[in-house]
Formats: sequence, C-alpha cells, structure tokens
Amino acid sequence: MTKFTTPAQLTDHVAKAKAARDPNKVRVSVCAGTGCKASGADALIAAFQAEIEARGLDVEVLSTGCHGFCERGPLVVLHPSGVLYQKVKPRDVADILEKTVQKGELLPRLQYRDESRQIFEKEHDVPFYKHQERIVFAMNGHIDPRSIDDYFSMGGYEALGKVVGQMKPDQVVEEVIASGLRGRGGAGFPAGWKWRFTRQAEGDRKYLICNADEGDPGAFMDRSVLEGNPHLVLEGMIIGAYACGASEGFIYVRNEYPMAVRHIELAIAKATELGLLGQHILGTDFSFNVHVNRGGGAFVCGEETALIASIEGRRGSPRVRPPFPAQKGLWGKPTNINNVETWANVPTIINRGSAWFAGTGTGDVSKSPLGGSKGTKIFSLVGKVNNTGLVEVPMGITLRKIVFDIGGGIKDSKKGRTFKAVQTGGPSGGCIPDAYLDNPVDFDELAKLGSMMGSGGMIVMDDRTCMVEVARYFVDFLKEESCGKCTPCREGLRAMSGILNRMVRGQGRHEDLDLLEDLGRTMKTASLCQLGQTAANPVLSTLRYFRHEYVEHVDHARCPAGQCIDLIEYRINEQCTGCTICAKKCPTGAITGQNKERHVLDQGKCVRCGVCFDVCNFNGVSILSGPEIAGKAKE
Amino acid sequence: MVELGKVDQIIEKYAGDKTSVLAILQDVQAAFNYLPREAMNRIGEKLEIPMTQVASLATFFHAFSLTPRGKNIVTVCMGTACHVRGAPRVLAEIERELAVKGGETTSDGEFTVETVNCVGACALGPLVIVNGNYHGNINTADVVEMLHEYKPATGEGAK
Repeated sequence: MTKFTTPAQLTDHVAKAKAARDPNKVRVSVCAGTGCKASGADALIAAFQAEIEARGLDVEVLSTGCHGFCERGPLVVLHPSGVLYQKVKPRDVADILEKTVQKGELLPRLQYRDESRQIFEKEHDVPFYKHQERIVFAMNGHIDPRSIDDYFSMGGYEALGKVVGQMKPDQVVEEVIASGLRGRGGAGFPAGWKWRFTRQAEGDRKYLICNADEGDPGAFMDRSVLEGNPHLVLEGMIIGAYACGASEGFIYVRNEYPMAVRHIELAIAKATELGLLGQHILGTDFSFNVHVNRGGGAFVCGEETALIASIEGRRGSPRVRPPFPAQKGLWGKPTNINNVETWANVPTIINRGSAWFAGTGTGDVSKSPLGGSKGTKIFSLVGKVNNTGLVEVPMGITLRKIVFDIGGGIKDSKKGRTFKAVQTGGPSGGCIPDAYLDNPVDFDELAKLGSMMGSGGMIVMDDRTCMVEVARYFVDFLKEESCGKCTPCREGLRAMSGILNRMVRGQGRHEDLDLLEDLGRTMKTASLCQLGQTAANPVLSTLRYFRHEYVEHVDHARCPAGQCIDLIEYRINEQCTGCTICAKKCPTGAITGQNKERHVLDQGKCVRCGVCFDVCNFNGVSILSGPEIAGKAKE
Repeated sequence: MVELGKVDQIIEKYAGDKTSVLAILQDVQAAFNYLPREAMNRIGEKLEIPMTQVASLATFFHAFSLTPRGKNIVTVCMGTACHVRGAPRVLAEIERELAVKGGETTSDGEFTVETVNCVGACALGPLVIVNGNYHGNINTADVVEMLHEYKPATGEGAK
C-alpha cells in the first residue's frame, strides 16, 4: 500500500476494504488481551494455527484484543455463527475444529453456563454481553489490533477522511460539543469545550495529549482499548489535532502496560507510513506527529498538570489552575488533554453524527453538554461478583443491572455471601450501598451519592468486606501517592491514616468519627488538586452509609465483616468433619486433630492468615470478633 | 562494576534529550534491574542536569529501585479488586514463606518481593506476577506451591 495523498483516496480505500470483508468467512477469534494471555491465550492461538494448517482448513485465526469477559478466559468466539467457548485449552483445539467448525456440533463442556447451570450458546446471548452496548469496544473481538487492514475493513479511518476532506476545524469542534461527549477520565468536563478553548487560545504551537496513565487500582479499560484497538484512539487524536490546530501529540501510558505500548507504537508507525500521520496528512497542509511516553508509576500523574510536568521530564507535581492547560500547558503552549476512552469515542461521533451519539444516555445536551451524560461508559466490574471483566453500558443504566444482570450477582451467594456496596470512581470515589442500586449511573447521579464516575472502576463488595478497612486501604494508598506539595492533602491523609489504622486494630475512639469528617471537609475545600480534593471521599462516603461499622470498631473492638485481623479469631466449629485439609494447609501447624474427628486450632500459633477458612468445604471454620471472642471462650 | 557503556548507549538512543530523562531511567532500570548510583551520575553529566533532579525523579516514581533486586521478582498486586479478594493475606503469606517484607530481597538474592498498585488484570485477582508470569486467582493456600516453581533446584530456602 502506498501513501494516501488525498482524503478521497482514503475514503475510497476504506469503502473497498469494508466491501471486501466477507461476513461469512469462518474466523476463530481468540481473545489475546492481558487477562486471557495470563490464562494461556498465546499457546491456544499457536495450537489453532498448527491444527488448521495440519487439517488444511480455510479458517482464519484472529488474535484480538480484550473481549471483556476476563473471568472466563481464554475466550474463543467462532464467526460467523457467534458460538462462544470459554476457558479453552490447547487440548480442546482439535475438537473445536473437527466437531464445531466442520460439523456444526457444539461442545457443551466449553460452553458458558450461568449459576443455574443454563447453557448459553452464542456470545451475544450470554447475559454478560447481552445488556451491553458497545461503541468503543465495537471492534474488539473482530480485528487484530496489530493490523491496520483489519481496522480499515471495519470502517476505520473513514471519519478521518470525512473530517479532513469535508469539514472545517470549527465544524468538528461544534459536532463534538453537540454530541454531549464528556471526559471519560473521571471529571466529566465537556470534551468539545476543551477543544474549543485550545483552538481559540493564542500560541504558535499547540499540543495534544492522550492520558493513558490509568492509575486507578481496579480499572483497566484504557489498557484494553489501547491494546485491542490502538488505531481507534489514534484516529480520535488525529481528528482532535485537526480541530484544535495541534501539531504534536503525546500518549502518556503506564509502564506497567507493555502490550499497550507495543500496539500503539506499531499503529503510529503504520499510520505514518500511509500518510495518516506526519507532514502533510492526506496531501493537505495539516501536519501532526504522535509520541509515546511511558509513565513512571505515580498515581498523581493522572492529574493533567502533573502529567504535563512528567512529560517535560520533571517530577509529577500538580500546579494551581488556572491557567488551564488549554491556555498554558505543555512547555507553556496551549494543550488539549483527554483520556483514552474519550478519544476512542470521537471517530464514531463523526461517522454517525452527534444526534445519533446523543440518542444514548441521560438528560438533554441541546443547550449545554453539561445537561446530561451521553453515550456509553466502560466499567471494570470486579471484586466479589460472579462475572468479572470489562462492560460497556449506556449512560443511565442502573447499578443493579450492572451488578446483577451483567455481573451475575454476588460471588459465593450459595455460601451466604450478600451484596454490601459497590465502590466507584477509584481511590477517590465512594462506596454506594444497596439502597441506591436502582439509581441511574451517570456523571451527576454518582456525584450526588457522594461518589464519582472516575475512570470507571466498579468494585463490588460483599458482607465479608470491612468498610473501615476499605477506607483505611484507600487512605493509605492516597497517602503514599500524595505528592506532598500542599498541606491539606499531605497532612490530612497522614492524620486520617493514623486514625483508621488505630481503628482496625481496635484502638479507635468514638470522637475520631467527628474528627474524620472534619478533616475530610478541610481537605475537600483547601487542597490544591483533584487528588487532595477528593481524597476524603472513601472515608466520608463510608461514614455516611456504614457508620455502624465504624461504631462497632471503636466502641466494641468488633469487626462485623470478620476481616480486621487484630480483632478476630478463627475457631473450628461443630460442623468440622475431620477431613484434615485445614491441618494440612495451615502454614504454622496451628491445627491438629485425627481423621474424621473435629479438629482444634491453637490460638497461640494462629497467625490469622485465613487459609483454613478458605479451604474448608463444610463451613467448619467460624470467624469471631469483639465480645464474641470473650463469650465463646467462657463456654 | 557498572558498565557505563550500556548507560551511554541508552542516552545515545534518546539523542541526549533532557526531557527524555524519565524514559532513560526506565531503560537503565530495565538493563540493570535497578538504578545504580554510577549510572544516575552518568545520566546527570551527559544530559547536563543536576544530580538532585535525577535523584528526585528516581525517588518520586514507584517504578524505580535504588538497590539491586533479586533473581526472581515477585510482584503482588495490591489494587482494589485484588485487595477485596484477599491480596493482603496473599502478601502476608509470601512474606512469611520467603521471610522478607514487601520491597525487600531475600538474603540469598533469589527473590525480591514488590507490591504494585494495580496491573490492570483485575478480573483475575488476587494476582501475583513472578518474573512477568501472571498467576491469577491466587489463594493463600497456593502460595507455597507457586513459589516452589521458581526456587533453585537445591531446595535451599524452601521449608
């Protein structure tokens, strides 16, 4: 393929590539996202290739990006039928090709079953996928992320041809504003407004940044978008550069995401070779280059001014805004910075129009993009839920639908585990209890509940999750990640950490509860950047909804969830069948007993690692806490 | 001891660009497994930036280690999803088994135990990465067996 020298050439090429894609071609789509790779996808792909060649079949093996259903990996989808196989091993390959591909017979052992053992044959019928609406993830699963031809064949770069060939930069900006697209990085600021500020700002050079420093623990959608469809992000950025008048772009990606770095670098090289990037794009006066920067693993670098400092080769410390990056950003020049998922929405908005995009979601954005939340949002649904993975859902969906319909409910519900809370918004987000499960999920609703959208982590917690311990976890995390520049954040987190660490050891005081709230309010008002301003959210939201758990800890040294190790004891109860598994697994030899007789746990030797509780199949291990410990001892 | 030639090659790759100092430090760490003092000095000299600035970056970002690390790097993910599924207990079990704390290296130089805030494979939590191999859904009961794979054949250090 040679360089495209006019927009029409590109448009024409994409149209041909789309027409040439045979929808009836037999394809084996194997998820090679990070989750499935960890479960052995590479060996599986090699096995398919070898077996197809040995059998002389006309079948294409696609090594794709993340399909989302990481829990069940490695995942295989057969096209065109759409049959889904899960947890596939290389030894299953011959059977899949011979029975399913050649004879059309299904292999029940590889099919997905829900908790009630019902089998679901096709990918789009599985509840995990059925309730999703995929815009950003639409192509994942259908393309090899390393192939620009695959991207063309799905209509890739069609939007770029349209923008450069037929639209003025201001028109592009207005289209994005009209779509109601708001920043997917967390704050939800209208993307089009930012573009307009950058476009209108004075400056001889302008820059564009893609924020892929996905530091929120529990969130991995940006990783999967970059790994699974790098050209989509790149196309969004090129369109953004055209609209903002930027000549250079930077993708700041976490160093912990090596595959994302490889795929995006490959995409940049290919796009440059074809004249979609570089000097005189598509033969016009528009020029744009993109560089990849690897982050150093600092959470605060997700904050835009800290990220900019880091690209400039300095420590990632935030600075006071204004001036905003749109006025004075990278090297003092106007800079537009958006998150991966935001960029990835842009090509679809251009292709299908702002009205189509605004047709999904909540509110009315005809007057202002802040009037609602439009389009979809990808969440990483993880924690104590049956179906974990990445889900893309329309804005306005309820939490219940996400957790129970898509997520399949609480893990181990048969063992009595129940829903307690869902944590959204990353470390600075909040925990939402079951009373609000029917509230719609969008930027403004989550904020009203004391949480936030954040980058889209959604961590489900069950009755065995201690909310005081969760708050302690987030505060300790943020204490480490605070850059230390401003006092309210640095000292506030240190003070909170001290209090919470005392509480989980059973040394809290009742008046600490008010002190925590007081500290939280001060941090919210007085901190320099978003990190500090939102750092108290995990504490304030758990105090708001789960105050009773705090009270139990401070007044009775009792952990209701049975998690705080200084406050609990494991005991072997009368349900013990004497199967000996706990005694075998106990790392300190604290458990003794004869075969088929109730075992005994020596508290002096017990380190409360919980192995016995985890391995017991008969509910033979109890966790006691607070007054229960003393009470039981007297028995 | 430290092969400064390797450091020079890395600096060369970035054409001595001052703003690439973070990338240079990352590549140096990848080459040496940590950031040797001599290498940091060299970077400062070549890029003409003060040692304080190099050190400030090297200590600000978690990715860097200023001390040599073990042959096997055990990285325990402490992200939220892993945390609620029991990562702290898994870490405690690894620390007990290897008799070191997070961030430390065993006295025989075989293992370094590190924690990371999230590796983005949350659906598989709790997750432990040993030398780049992902071990998902790790239970405290699996730890001994998992580490055994990486122990030297003599069995030294094993229970």
